[in-house]
Amino acid sequence: MSAATAPPAPSLTANVRARPGRAVLRAETLLFFREPGSVFWVMAFPTLLLLILGFIPAMTEAKDELGGLSTVEAYVPVAVLLSMIMAGLMAMPPVITGYRERGILRRMSTTPVRPTSVLGAQVGLHAAASLFSAVLTLAVGRIVSGVALPGQILGYLLTLLLAVVCVLALGALISALSPTTKIAQAVSISVFFPSMLAAGVYMPIQQMPDVMARIVELLPFGAAAQALNQATAGDWPDWNHLGVLALWTLVLSASATRWFRWQ
Amino acid sequence: MALIEVNDLRKSYGGRPVVDGVSLAVEEGEIFGVLGSNGAGKTTTVESIIGLRVPDSGTIRVCGLDPIADRAKTTLVIGAQLQESELQGKLTVAEVLRLYTDCYPDPADWRTLAERLGLGEKLNTRFAHLSGGQKQRLAIALALVGNPRVVVLDELTTGLDPAARREVWSLIEDVRASGVTILLVTHFMEEAQRLCDRVAIFSRGRITAQDTPSGLVAQSASGTVISFTPSRPLAADALAALPGLASITQHDGKFTLAGTDETVNAVINLLARNRVSAHHLRVTDSTLDDAFLDLTGADA
Repeated sequence: MSAATAPPAPSLTANVRARPGRAVLRAETLLFFREPGSVFWVMAFPTLLLLILGFIPAMTEAKDELGGLSTVEAYVPVAVLLSMIMAGLMAMPPVITGYRERGILRRMSTTPVRPTSVLGAQVGLHAAASLFSAVLTLAVGRIVSGVALPGQILGYLLTLLLAVVCVLALGALISALSPTTKIAQAVSISVFFPSMLAAGVYMPIQQMPDVMARIVELLPFGAAAQALNQATAGDWPDWNHLGVLALWTLVLSASATRWFRWQ
Repeated sequence: MALIEVNDLRKSYGGRPVVDGVSLAVEEGEIFGVLGSNGAGKTTTVESIIGLRVPDSGTIRVCGLDPIADRAKTTLVIGAQLQESELQGKLTVAEVLRLYTDCYPDPADWRTLAERLGLGEKLNTRFAHLSGGQKQRLAIALALVGNPRVVVLDELTTGLDPAARREVWSLIEDVRASGVTILLVTHFMEEAQRLCDRVAIFSRGRITAQDTPSGLVAQSASGTVISFTPSRPLAADALAALPGLASITQHDGKFTLAGTDETVNAVINLLARNRVSAHHLRVTDSTLDDAFLDLTGADA
C-alpha cells in the first residue's frame, strides 16, 4: 500500500488466482488439527476402545446372545458409529456456533468468501475425520483382533456415508438452533447419550431386549447399527434400515438449512 | 463521482426506527466521517452499506452496485473493519492474513501491510494471544488486504493507545492518498477533525448536520469564544448588540462571549472606540466536540 501508486482498477470478474474456497479449507484444516480434543475423540478413541476390548480374553470369545459373534466383533460397527457421533455431536457444533457467536461468519461474509464455504469445510473435515477413523477401526480390528472385514462392502459403505451425513446434519441443526456455544454444548450432550445408546455403545443392539431393539431401530444410529451389522455379515442391509436412516438425514438436513442463521 | 450513495435509508427493529431516512453521498477519494452518540444509527447505516443488513426501504449504491443484489461484486470493492468481530483464535496473524489475501483476486501484499501496522513481530502469534490493540490493527489490515476502492472502518481506533492511534491515522491518510475512499465511523472528535474531509452527525437515526469539520464548528451556535477582562466597566447593552453574538456571560469582571469571526472584529472595534484595554484577551475556536454537542443536543 504505497502512497505514490494509484490503486489498480478492480476487476469485477473472478480472477483465477483467488480461490476463497480452497483458502478457507486450508485454514479450517489447520484449525481442526489444533483441537487435540476433537482429534483424539473422533480419530483415536474409537479404535483405542476396540484395542482395549481386544486385549481382554473374554471379549474375543464367540457368544450366543451376539449371534455367534465375539464382543470385539460386535463392537467394530459400534466403534465406527461412535467416531461419527463424536464428530457430529461433540466436535462440530461448538465450532460452528462459536464462529457465529463471535462474528467470524459475519466478518467472512464481507469478503468474497461465501459463508457456506466455511460451513462446508467444517462438515467436510468432520466427515473425512470420521471416515478415516472408520477405516482405522476396521484395519486395527482386522490386524490386531482378527475381525473379518465387512462381507458386503458396498452396503457397508453406503450405510457409512448415509450415517455420516445424518450425524453431521444433526450437528448442523444443533448449531442452527443454539444461540450460544454453551447452549449448543448442552443440547449436544443431551442428544449424545441417546445416540450412543442407539448405536450400541453401552450394549450392542443384538443384546438389547426385543422391544428396545425395535424402538432403537427407528433412531438414526440404531438403524445404522443394524445396517452395518447386516453388511458385516455379508448381507445387503435391509431397506427398512437404510430408509429410516435416509429419512432422518433428509429431515435433519432440511431443518438445518431452514433454521440456520448467519448472525 | 459519488462512490457511495445512500438515499432515504430506513431500518427499524421491533417497530423502533433505528435509521430513519438517512441520505448521504461520499465522493471518490474522500474520507467521510460518521459521528454520533451510541444508538444514533451509525453502525446500522454502515452495515447496510457493506451489505450485512437489508434495509427496510431506501436505496444504496457502492461503486454503482447494490450491496444486497450485487453481493459478490460488492465484496470485491469494499473492505470492512467491523465492530466486535473476531477471528479464529488458533490461527496465527500470518495465517489469517494469507487466508484473507487468498480470498481476493487482486490483493495487497500482506507482509507490507503487517509491517505498516506494526504486526511484523507478531506474524507467528495466534489471534487469541494478541492484545486488544493488536487485534484492532489486524482488523484494519484485513480491511485493506483486498485492495478495495472503499474502506469502511467502524470505530477503528477504539482500544488503541494514543501512539498507536496516531500511527493508524497516518496509515489511513496514506491509504486515502492512494485513491481509496474511506467511510469512518467514530466518536472521537479529534479523529474526525484530523482525518475527515466531511462529517455527518447522526442523531436518533437521522443526519442532523453534514459539512466539513470546520464548517460544522462554524455552523454551530458558538463557533468562536472570546474572553477578556476590560480595564474599566463596559456598558452591557453595547456588548449585547454585537453582531453574531450567541451568548454572553460575566463573572468577576471577566466577559466570555461566544459568537463568530464577525463578533471578534466588532469587540475589538468597540474596545478601541471606547479606549478600553482588554486584559487576558483570548480568542479560541470551539472544537468539533462543542459543535457535536451543540448539533446533537446531546448534553441537553
